[in-house]
Amino acid sequence: MKIINRKYNYLKITLLLGLIFSISISCERELSEDVEFATFPDTAEVFIDGFSGGLEYLPFGGSKLDAFTVDSETKYDGSASMRFDVPNVGDPDGAFAGAIFPDNGGRDLSGFDALTFWAKASQAGTINEIGFGQDFGENKFLVTLPNLLLSTNWKKYTIPIPDASKLTIEKGMFWYAEGPENEVGYTFWIDELKYEKLGTIAQPQPAILNGVDDVEQTFIGNNITLTGTQTFNLESGINQTVIAAPSYFTFSSTDNDVARVSELGVVSIVGIGTAKITAILAGVKAKGSLTIESLGSFTGAPTPTRDPANVISIFSDAYTNVPVDFYNGFFAPFQTTLGGADLNINGDNIIQYTELNFVATEFKNPTVNASEMTHIHVDIQIQESIDPGDFITIELGDFGSNGAFGGNDDSSGRVTIASADLVSNQWISLDIPLADFTGLTSTSNLAQIFFISDATISTILVDNMYFYK
Amino acid sequence: MKKVMNKIKLEQMRSFITLSKSLLLAISLVVFLSCANDDKQTVVNFTELVMADEFDTDGAPDSSIWDYDIGNGFDGWGNNELQYYTDRADNISVQNGVLLITAKKEQFNSSSYTSARIITKGLFEQQYGRFEARIRIPYGQGMWPAFWLLGSDCDGVGENQESNWPDCGEIDIMEIQGQRPNIVYGAVHGPGYSGFDGNPIFKGYTLENDRFDTGFHVFGIEWGPDYINYYVDDILYNQITPADVSEVTGDSSDWVFNKPFYIVINLAVGGTFGGTPNAETVFPQSMLVDYVRVYKNN
Repeated sequence: MKIINRKYNYLKITLLLGLIFSISISCERELSEDVEFATFPDTAEVFIDGFSGGLEYLPFGGSKLDAFTVDSETKYDGSASMRFDVPNVGDPDGAFAGAIFPDNGGRDLSGFDALTFWAKASQAGTINEIGFGQDFGENKFLVTLPNLLLSTNWKKYTIPIPDASKLTIEKGMFWYAEGPENEVGYTFWIDELKYEKLGTIAQPQPAILNGVDDVEQTFIGNNITLTGTQTFNLESGINQTVIAAPSYFTFSSTDNDVARVSELGVVSIVGIGTAKITAILAGVKAKGSLTIESLGSFTGAPTPTRDPANVISIFSDAYTNVPVDFYNGFFAPFQTTLGGADLNINGDNIIQYTELNFVATEFKNPTVNASEMTHIHVDIQIQESIDPGDFITIELGDFGSNGAFGGNDDSSGRVTIASADLVSNQWISLDIPLADFTGLTSTSNLAQIFFISDATISTILVDNMYFYK
Repeated sequence: MKKVMNKIKLEQMRSFITLSKSLLLAISLVVFLSCANDDKQTVVNFTELVMADEFDTDGAPDSSIWDYDIGNGFDGWGNNELQYYTDRADNISVQNGVLLITAKKEQFNSSSYTSARIITKGLFEQQYGRFEARIRIPYGQGMWPAFWLLGSDCDGVGENQESNWPDCGEIDIMEIQGQRPNIVYGAVHGPGYSGFDGNPIFKGYTLENDRFDTGFHVFGIEWGPDYINYYVDDILYNQITPADVSEVTGDSSDWVFNKPFYIVINLAVGGTFGGTPNAETVFPQSMLVDYVRVYKNN
């Protein structure tokens, strides 16, 4: 999200002070022998009755910029609280309320174990995301507590720090993002926002990949980003889970010649073979793992060479693509297909579908006028052996003159490629005349491309979907 | 430990009494400090060690001190407890200087959990003195660790529907609900104050900025002819006297703590005190006992 540069005046004062300070330091010629490395302030307070020293307010782009105010009437304690006005749906000032509160000087939070605050709301509400560690920089130690339930009474909330020893120079003191509840805005208040050493944050149960032991087949050059959580048992007996940025974890791979993990949690596939990725958070082994089965080098689909002037591209790195709503609509209840445009192998974006029965790519905002085009091109790779009954059907859907699904003006047509024309583990380049899609009465408002196998084929890669003439 | 029904409710009911009592204690402590020779003060410290198990020998607990309660008793040892107690090394063993009582989730003789309970009945019984143990507890709803005493004449407690409990007396030195891992309860049960026929006499102590499941703590009582003092580490947090019994039953002669008692240490699963384990309760988990020591009343 974009940064809106909006700061309060006293920040300038802080900057000025900093300047004076650095000037006075520059008078000293050399470091004394018993110099100690500077440590950052360990200020606990974020907002008690006003901003703590160094704290800034930066709302998210697209959010209601004035959602946050200091309220001296409603407060839990002292003279003021933080008030957040979540907009209604359709509010021209912004679709949601959200901001970060950084201290760009950095603070040493390593002596604390939680961010705590008192909160209440004008109605029962669920804050979508709230936490700390967001500074509009690397967000290396981002912590997110999703779906925090608020009531209309003041209550104390605790966001545990996954591993405080990492937070010696933390800038992101607090952040939140919340949209309307049932399309209606409301107000919530936060007070006595501060870091604490509670001593009762215990029994860590870290996890990666939601605690699941996952297996993934992939290729050299692919990158996979891991996610993790930390769960602590609080004094109240409640297990509180937060989303912890990958940098809180120490990852290891059983074979660094197959896969290695960066401190940002990105798994790079570098060789052929199998490697298991596991993680540790603050000395505790995380539940869950990722076993990489690297199939070796990946041969991308042939790079298209047609003149862009003659192409309307839906999905290809060779062309500018039209806006696409999704590469997998997850149509319930009959669709089993998983996956979508998830693979990026050495910069080559590829769609991977697994457990295929049928799946649609949809591009209806706006629909595509391919009336001057003559063919559709698509590259498919089937990642399994081909059995006699296997097939792939491609269906095109046109939404008709109203440009929307339904309305008795839609049409569609199918072309089926039988098993005899399919090969395993190689790119199959299809160039099908649009005229072959019997039943497709218009190509002026195309909006859907389906792949259908009725589960005869379950795993396919797709690349370079485009119409051309 | 036994039949401590609806303790939370009871605690609320008794909060006034407890509050006034703790105020009284605070006042008397202040008095004590300002006048060290006050012979009415019964805050004492005993020093003559008469029994100690430091759990320094790996294997089963010392059979010259400890015996086992096996099975599920009557109606879950009278408390709807869910575990089956065994003497298997899986559930109880001494390792690296610590006694481990381990609660496991497993089907065993029609129970869904196993654990262990050891007693010194007939092996070590004493009237008065300091009884203490250094313990680290497990956590989570349904974990019910306890270190307690029963009168040496207690017979069939929790094993048979008919027994001489509560008349035979019970002193609970430590009971913790796994879902509130920083609150310990100390109690006495006896005739007219068992939890069925009158409230037990008890008090909770909250450990500030710490928990009982993240490190070892010493739970102890100092017990004399007309008082039981409750300690956590070096903190005296309650004193129970015949006057407290009289407050419930109207008769201070219902004080049944002038005779030898034996020690019980167990880790129950489920039951009326802490409730049933939930999906988040971690199994297996162990209660760790570093030592049990008993001093003479001198």
